[in-house]
Amino acid sequence: MPLLDLAQRQHGWLPISALHAVADLLKMPKMRVYEVATFYTMYNREPVGKYFIQICTTTPCIVNGVGCDVILDCIQKELGIHLGETTPDGKFSLLEVECLGACVNAPMVQINDNFYEDLTVEDMTRIINDLKQDKIPKPGPQSGQGHRFSCEPKGGLTCLNTEPRGPGFGIRADL
Amino acid sequence: MLRLWPLARNCKATKALASLARCSSTGAPAKVEVFVDDKPVQVEPGTTILQACAEAGVEIPRFCYHERLSIAGNCRMCLVEVEKSPKPIASCAMPVMKGMKIKTDSEMTRKAREGVMEFLLMNHPLDCPICDQGGECDLQDQSMAFGSDRSRFTDMEHGGKRAVEDKNIGPLIKTIMTRCIHCTRCIRFASEVAGVDDLGTTGRGGDMQVGTYVEKMFKSELSGNIIDLCPVGALTAKPSAFTARPWETRRIDSVDVMDALGSNIVVNTRTNEVLRILPRTNDAVNEEWISDATRFAYDGLKRQRLTAPFVRNAAGQLEQTDWETALVKVAQKLVQVPGEKVAGVAGGLVDAEALVALKDYLNKLGSEALCTEEIFPMDGAGTDLRSNYLLNTGIQGVERADLILLVGTNPRFEAPLFNARIRKSWINNELTVAVVGTRVDLTYDYDHLGDSTKILADIAAGKHPFAQTLGKAKNPMVVVGSAALQRKDGAAIHRAVATMAQNARVQSGCGDDWKVLNVLHRVASQVAALDLGYKAGVEYIRNNPPSVLYMLGADEGALTRDQLPKDCFVIYQGHHGDRGAAMADVILPGAAYTEKDATYVNTEGRAQYTKTAVTPPMLAREDWKIIRALSEMTGNALPYDRIQDVRDRLYDVSPNLVQYGAAEDANYFKQAQELAAGISGKLEEKPLTPSLLNLKDFYMTNSIGRASQTMAKCVKAVQEMP
Repeated sequence: MPLLDLAQRQHGWLPISALHAVADLLKMPKMRVYEVATFYTMYNREPVGKYFIQICTTTPCIVNGVGCDVILDCIQKELGIHLGETTPDGKFSLLEVECLGACVNAPMVQINDNFYEDLTVEDMTRIINDLKQDKIPKPGPQSGQGHRFSCEPKGGLTCLNTEPRGPGFGIRADL
Repeated sequence: MLRLWPLARNCKATKALASLARCSSTGAPAKVEVFVDDKPVQVEPGTTILQACAEAGVEIPRFCYHERLSIAGNCRMCLVEVEKSPKPIASCAMPVMKGMKIKTDSEMTRKAREGVMEFLLMNHPLDCPICDQGGECDLQDQSMAFGSDRSRFTDMEHGGKRAVEDKNIGPLIKTIMTRCIHCTRCIRFASEVAGVDDLGTTGRGGDMQVGTYVEKMFKSELSGNIIDLCPVGALTAKPSAFTARPWETRRIDSVDVMDALGSNIVVNTRTNEVLRILPRTNDAVNEEWISDATRFAYDGLKRQRLTAPFVRNAAGQLEQTDWETALVKVAQKLVQVPGEKVAGVAGGLVDAEALVALKDYLNKLGSEALCTEEIFPMDGAGTDLRSNYLLNTGIQGVERADLILLVGTNPRFEAPLFNARIRKSWINNELTVAVVGTRVDLTYDYDHLGDSTKILADIAAGKHPFAQTLGKAKNPMVVVGSAALQRKDGAAIHRAVATMAQNARVQSGCGDDWKVLNVLHRVASQVAALDLGYKAGVEYIRNNPPSVLYMLGADEGALTRDQLPKDCFVIYQGHHGDRGAAMADVILPGAAYTEKDATYVNTEGRAQYTKTAVTPPMLAREDWKIIRALSEMTGNALPYDRIQDVRDRLYDVSPNLVQYGAAEDANYFKQAQELAAGISGKLEEKPLTPSLLNLKDFYMTNSIGRASQTMAKCVKAVQEMP
């Protein structure tokens, strides 16, 4: 599997010749490589654009923030493509995926290896425009929750908000 | 899911662990008592619940489980309730534990089965009326027995059931993949038994498919077996598609003649026509598999057949005639020439009855010139000692062997099921295989020692490092292919192989019951012919040109017209208008193996018999009867009128020929070797090359295969398909 991933990074996607190369390298039957490559959805067996946008449309992303529906509309409008399609210049591909595990920062998209979270329509437009000029925008939370650092709660920290206590805290005096 | 390619390595580790465990425990492991429906049974520890139930006489329904394949546990049909377990348990994959109380007919079990069946049927098309599996379908039978009597599948939106594209995996196997229930038996068979990892599952969940992913032929010589394994109608036989329902066919137990193994088969017939050939379980020979040639060459039995006697007329044309004319013509010729100028040559598909009849007849005429087309060295002890030409260890012996040396043979195509045994042993028993001969794909790894005959001499003389390996092995086997013995230096090769076998036998201390020397024949008739005292090879006839040549099914072109005297009268008796018939002056139409009660002796020396499944076409007759009729005409009638009389005669010549089912041991290795010491022949430089190297060579090895359209399609497909 790491080899398939390497091949995908090297080539952008996984053509069948890459699967064969992996099979040869590992000295295993080709069919066994096909099985793995077809089982896992993150191996792209068809060409994808330079920027592969995977938009999460699972429940938390639908309900949280502005919701993924408007983000999706925005992407489709900006790029002029629908789900599962690639722009004619081969720069962008758009795919609907299930939960990517960033529900706290919903809605979110994954573009190649980067997560863009806490999205608003403006953020999405800016990201796409940057990418069109081959500038990689800063990944992570965007303006949706006021440019928070990570996944901290809206109203500030509710715990771990004091200085950490030193060693020996809460231990009986006689020990 | 268990996959075989890492298994070969893993099993070594587990073996080591198992042996450790064995050291620590004392004595034989105690049996475990379990209760199947409150009935106590004692089983070995490690058996599965399903096997324990089988021992108690309760059959658990299953789709994916198969005794000869690894356990997958993915169909869930074998769910049973086990007391104190909150969920039903997949009995095929669960080992028994002490005191386990298994309930095979409880409410929970029945509900579980019904549920599984409902899920399976939800995505299974309701096309039983047009499905070839109908009538012998596990899904059909089990849904009758265990399924619900009503359906919840309404399909209000007309969304349809899951549908899967059919795959093209060659000219033998028809696939209707929508019917597939993903039991993965075919995949496991391909990777474990056939050793061709061409099938697999692609995709996941509802999109999972069984197939080859890329369009590809399932290139295996055992591919037809996945048709039998498939519990549903996803894989069916292409050649016999839509011909008959299983309940309409008559099934006759028989024996195969496509190779020298004598695989046990069931011939399915209807209206005097062979519709298909299925395997019959015989653990000593073919387990429950058969090769593709065995299974699919039967359409060759309907083509190119000799259906009437022919006589060559004055213009040199073969002219159809009746039996009387033909027999009179032959008889006239036979009484004209002196008896010693008559010679007989037998081909590879001839049964023991016809062989003994021809031999008795020619002997009566005063001739000793009886040969087989297949060559075998006659020097030294030659064919006088049976141990010289049998597969002495036996096919089952492979499972006890720990080292096999294959000399000049490609068992994969010369005897596919023997190769499957070697593969089985290679996977399960850590069998080591070494090969002297051309490098071929045998579906398992082997040490390639080279293809030069010099290596044989070196091993026999103990100079080659492999000689030590051979000596250290506990149960070594040396298998020499009959193709290697056909060469000019066949005798020298046989001597070298016999010497190394005898050395290995002495050094390994394997005892008298273990035989090392094995000869793997390629044709079904050879062992019976040699048992009956035929001379192997036609050299004798070439040296003593006959006036009359009687060819009994001799189609491999060992003797050609220009090797015979110009005025030699050639009689051909056989079932196919093949090479032999083309050069004959008189053709007498005989019966093929499905059309007669006949005895065949396989390469182990195991006598088996075929039964008449269909009658010979038109004027064709059983072979021994033709010779018997001819003997009457020339005034020296053979003393048998019924098949039983012929078999009594066979018994007189050699009792083993009619001891059906048994392989009689032969045990004169030492004496054979002493006699072989006198052989002066030298080994030639020529590399040892088996006759069948590639899959395309495998399909047409005899006159039946050459007449078969299915086999021709296979040859074409192997060359054209990826």
